[in-house]
Amino acid sequence: MGEAIVITSGKGGVGKTTTSANLGTSLAILGKKVCLIDTDIGLRNLDVVMGLENRIIYDLVDVVEERCKIHQALVKDKRFDDLLYLLPAAQTSDKSAVNPDQMKKLVEELKQDYDYIIIDCPAGIEQGYKNAIAGADKAIVVTTPETSAVRDADRIIGLLEKEETIEPPKLIINRIRSHMLKSGEMLDIDEITAHLSIDLIGIVVDDDQVIKASNQGEPIALDPNNRASIAYRNIARRILGESVPLKPLEDEPKGFVAKIKKLFSVR
Amino acid sequence: MNKRTQQNVMIKGTKDGLTLHLDDSCSFFELLKELETKLSANYQFQENDSLIAVKVHTGNRYLSADQKEKIKELIRKKKKLVVDDIHSNVVTLDEARQWKEENEITTVAKMVRSGQIIKVPGDLLLIGDVNPGGTVTAGGNIYVMGVLKGIAHAGFSGNEGAIIAASVMKPAHLRISDIVNRTPDGYTEDGHGMECAYIDENHQLVIGKLQVLKTHRPNLNRLEGRL
Repeated sequence: MGEAIVITSGKGGVGKTTTSANLGTSLAILGKKVCLIDTDIGLRNLDVVMGLENRIIYDLVDVVEERCKIHQALVKDKRFDDLLYLLPAAQTSDKSAVNPDQMKKLVEELKQDYDYIIIDCPAGIEQGYKNAIAGADKAIVVTTPETSAVRDADRIIGLLEKEETIEPPKLIINRIRSHMLKSGEMLDIDEITAHLSIDLIGIVVDDDQVIKASNQGEPIALDPNNRASIAYRNIARRILGESVPLKPLEDEPKGFVAKIKKLFSVR
Repeated sequence: MNKRTQQNVMIKGTKDGLTLHLDDSCSFFELLKELETKLSANYQFQENDSLIAVKVHTGNRYLSADQKEKIKELIRKKKKLVVDDIHSNVVTLDEARQWKEENEITTVAKMVRSGQIIKVPGDLLLIGDVNPGGTVTAGGNIYVMGVLKGIAHAGFSGNEGAIIAASVMKPAHLRISDIVNRTPDGYTEDGHGMECAYIDENHQLVIGKLQVLKTHRPNLNRLEGRL
């Protein structure tokens, strides 16, 4: 019996989908059987980030409306040997095509076969959010070091705490720019965690490679040397229960030798 | 022995004026009737006498607002008497509950997050922060053991004596009774420790050090009971 984790944030554009894709990938790398669910019906893009867009035949709405069986709709990620699957969202309907009870039933069913169900939640606190959290056992809140994102995270945490079936949410601070942290222009990590007062499960630096990887449909977590990738893999290990210390932030390697090293490590 | 029937209405004169003691075991109808005859009896008033205030004690009888009005009306009809106060030993359960709620401290240990509202009829003791977008409202005082970054509204039912105290004051705005104060720009930069807000004698909502409460709100001390 697996567990379902919802990735949410309230605000849009903070990296829910990127986080979902990379945590799913990292958990699969660690040998767990993972199913990703995209609940952003009408604005799906988890499939794009995973590079599985052109293999979608059926989607979430088809499953819920019983036009197909679950296993027919699941898209297998061929980079992993039978470990990573994606249940894509429908692009032609909207959030009201599914209700929380149906989602709950669906997640329960998937939990029988998978170790982890990662649910990618849409932005907002309306129907789509309610669907996404319906079947979840745990929640991860993603925020960025911006006041607006932290404000929305606070709201979402308040809503999640009201759900009795979900464990207290954990926090990921995404898109940290170390040079802005050092100069004090950005909210620092202690400030954010003190404000939100929930457990921090990981911090991810802002890295250009993440955008490049998303565009190519290859989650950054597949790159063993990237610092964002290492951060995601560490979060995955923390989800598995390992105690991995938070890494202090460091800048991109500078200097000639470091640049050469970096050049060789890039695929 | 000359057995006299128990009097239902007794009129006593004290140094504070007249007091009517109404018996609490007879029916209300009997009471009114006896009151009527007693008062119509033989009191002589001069035309130029001023109104005499009387107190009414009803013992263990509970009077509804309607019944109180009837008694007041009856007494007022009699020459120069006017009811000053009706005193009863009993209150209804609802009134007692409301009174208790308005006078007790509700303790809440949680973060008040954006979009959340906590509202209590009496005093509020919050152990935790109020984040921006969160609201705490109380009929009495508000004490925040934590950082107050949202909105606090004390004395919402019109109690201007209410205060707001916080370990760290960084509020969006404060409200006591119906007086609102937005914190001046720049005030919240660092946040100020151990402060309180109250309404001063000029009817302004001011923020000061906690120590000033001792002089401005001496009745906050409940050691002797506030009743």
